[in-house]
Amino acid sequence: MADHTFHHALKILEEVCIGCTHCMQACPTEALRVRNGKAVLNKNKCVDCGECMRVCPVNAITVEQDDFEDIFKFKVRIALVPSVFIGQFARNIPTRKIYSSILEQGFTHVYEAEHGVNILINAVNSYLDNRKEIRPVISSFCPAIVRMIQVRFPNLAENIMLLKAPLDIAALSYRKVLNERGYNDDEIGIYYITPCAAKIAAVKSPVGELSSAITGVIRLDSLYNKVYSSIKKEVNSSCIVPEKEQLKPREMTWSLTGGESRFINGRSLAIDGINNAIEFLEKIENGSISNFDFIELRACDESCAGGILSANNRFLVSERLKERAKQYKLDKKEGKIINNKTIRQNTEYLLDHISIDEVKARSGLMLDEDMNAALKKMEKIRQFTNYLPGIDCAACGAPSCKTLAEDIVQGNAKTLDCIFVQYAINRQESSEKMNDQMEKIWGTEKLNKLAGS
Amino acid sequence: MHAQYEIQGGDFTKAGLASSEVKKMLKQLNLDPKIIKRIAVAMYEAEVNVVAHAYHGIMDIELNTEKIIIKVQDTGPGIADIDKAMEEGFSTASKEVREMGFGAGMGLPNIKKNADELILNSKINKGTEVKLVFYLNHQ
Repeated sequence: MADHTFHHALKILEEVCIGCTHCMQACPTEALRVRNGKAVLNKNKCVDCGECMRVCPVNAITVEQDDFEDIFKFKVRIALVPSVFIGQFARNIPTRKIYSSILEQGFTHVYEAEHGVNILINAVNSYLDNRKEIRPVISSFCPAIVRMIQVRFPNLAENIMLLKAPLDIAALSYRKVLNERGYNDDEIGIYYITPCAAKIAAVKSPVGELSSAITGVIRLDSLYNKVYSSIKKEVNSSCIVPEKEQLKPREMTWSLTGGESRFINGRSLAIDGINNAIEFLEKIENGSISNFDFIELRACDESCAGGILSANNRFLVSERLKERAKQYKLDKKEGKIINNKTIRQNTEYLLDHISIDEVKARSGLMLDEDMNAALKKMEKIRQFTNYLPGIDCAACGAPSCKTLAEDIVQGNAKTLDCIFVQYAINRQESSEKMNDQMEKIWGTEKLNKLAGS
Repeated sequence: MHAQYEIQGGDFTKAGLASSEVKKMLKQLNLDPKIIKRIAVAMYEAEVNVVAHAYHGIMDIELNTEKIIIKVQDTGPGIADIDKAMEEGFSTASKEVREMGFGAGMGLPNIKKNADELILNSKINKGTEVKLVFYLNHQ
C-alpha cells in the first residue's frame, strides 16, 4: 500500500502570496494551483524540490525548519554540517574559524556529514555487483529525485539504490559513538544543516526507513547568516574546536555534480537539474538506456551547491569546495591531516545498517483507484483538453489547459474558470473594438472553436 | 478508450514522443508499474522501428479494463521475411553499420518478449502493421 501522508517542508505564506502563477508553472509535478488569489499545494504530488521557491517573485514560499531553541533540549547538541556549508565561505576563512562560530551558536559538537562516503563507495560498488539484473541503478542520494521517481516514474522505483546517503551513515555513526560514551538517545540532538527542502521532508518522513538517526533540521541559509556575521564582526570566539579529522577530497566534493559517479566501477553518468533528470528518466523508462550501470541524478543545478537554501552563488560554492579539496593534498604533504577514526572503527556496524527498505511508488498521477472510473475520466479529460484553447496561460488557476481539464473532471474546477471560454460565450455582447483586438492576437479560428463547442 | 498518435519516419530527434504520451496516460490509470514497464519498452521499440525504417506511421491505442491494444501501422518498405525478422540477432544492417553499434537484431524479439501478443503483418513496398496486446489483469 502506498502511503497517504507526506511531510512537506515547503510552505506558502498566504499573507505574502500574490497569486501570480509563477510557482505553478515551474512545478515539475503539477502540484500547485491558484485558489482565492493564493497558491495552494497538493501534498500528494509535491516532491519538495523547491523549484517553486526559486521562481517566486515575492518570497512567499518558504522552508520550515525546527525551532533553533529546540536544540537546547538536548545535552549533546550536534551540528551535522554538509561540505557545501563550508563552500559558502571564501577560501581564506579557515574551516576551524567556521566551526568555532557554529559552536558559539550553542552546539556542543560539529561533525561533517560526508564522513560516511568512504564506506558508501565500496558498498555501492558491491551493490552493483550483486544486482546485475537491475540496470541502471539510480542513486538514492538526492531526496527530491527519490520522491520525483515515486510520484512520476513509479515503474523506476525498483531502480533506486537501496543504500543510505552519507549524512545518514554519519549520523548513525556519531550516535553510536555517543551512546558508547554513556549518553542516552534522548540526550543527543543531531541537527542537519540542510541546503534543501527535500532533505527536511526526508528526515521528517523517511523513505525506506522507519525513522531517521537525525533529530532535526536547521536551514543552511539561517545558520550561514549567523556564522557569517559573527566572523565578519570579528567576534572573538571562546569556543575551542578540538583537533578534528578532515574531509578527504572525495568526501568534500561528494555532493557536487559527478561526486558519486566518478567512483563507480562500470559505466556511469551524472545529471543535475530537475528537468534534465526528468528527461533522462523518460529515456530509462523506455528501456533505451540499458547499458549504464549507475546514474547519479541531482534535482538542483550544480547539485547541493545550488540547493534552494544555499546562501551563495552555486558556481562559486562549487569552485570553493574544489579549491579546498586541492588544499587537502598540500596539507597532507606537510603532515597536517588527521584521518577519521570514528567511522573506520565502526565500519562493520555501519555496513550492517547501510541498507534501506524497498522504495514504494506513490500514486500521485492516478485519476481513480478504480480503473474503469479512471478510463472514463481520461476520456472526458481528452475531450476537455481538445476544447480548451491550449495556450497554458494559467489564468484559470491551473498550470496548463490539460491540468484544468483534469481538475474539471475531478470536480475541482469548472469550465468557466477558463477566461477564453468566458469570453467566447459572451462574444456576441462584447464591443466590436474588443472583438477586433482579441482576433488580432488569437485569430478567429481559435475563438470560433471555443464559441462553437 | 481510443487515442492516436503520428510518427514521422526518419526524424530520430522526435523518436519516443508518442510513447511518452501513452506512458503518461497509463500512469494515470493506476496500472501495475511492472505492466507499464513492459508496455513502455515494447511501444518505444515499435515507434523507433517506424522512425528508422518507414516513411510515416500511426500509433493507435485501444484501451479498456481488460487489455491494451497498440497498433503501429506504417507506410514503408515492409519486411521481406517476417520469420527471419523475429529471430534474435537477425538484422538487415550491413556489417559496417553493425560494427558501429546499430542493428543488433533485437528490436522485434524485444517487443515479443515484453508483449503478451504480437501480430505482425507486412507487405513489401507498402508497409508494416505491428499489433501488440497486453492483458492488464492476468497474474
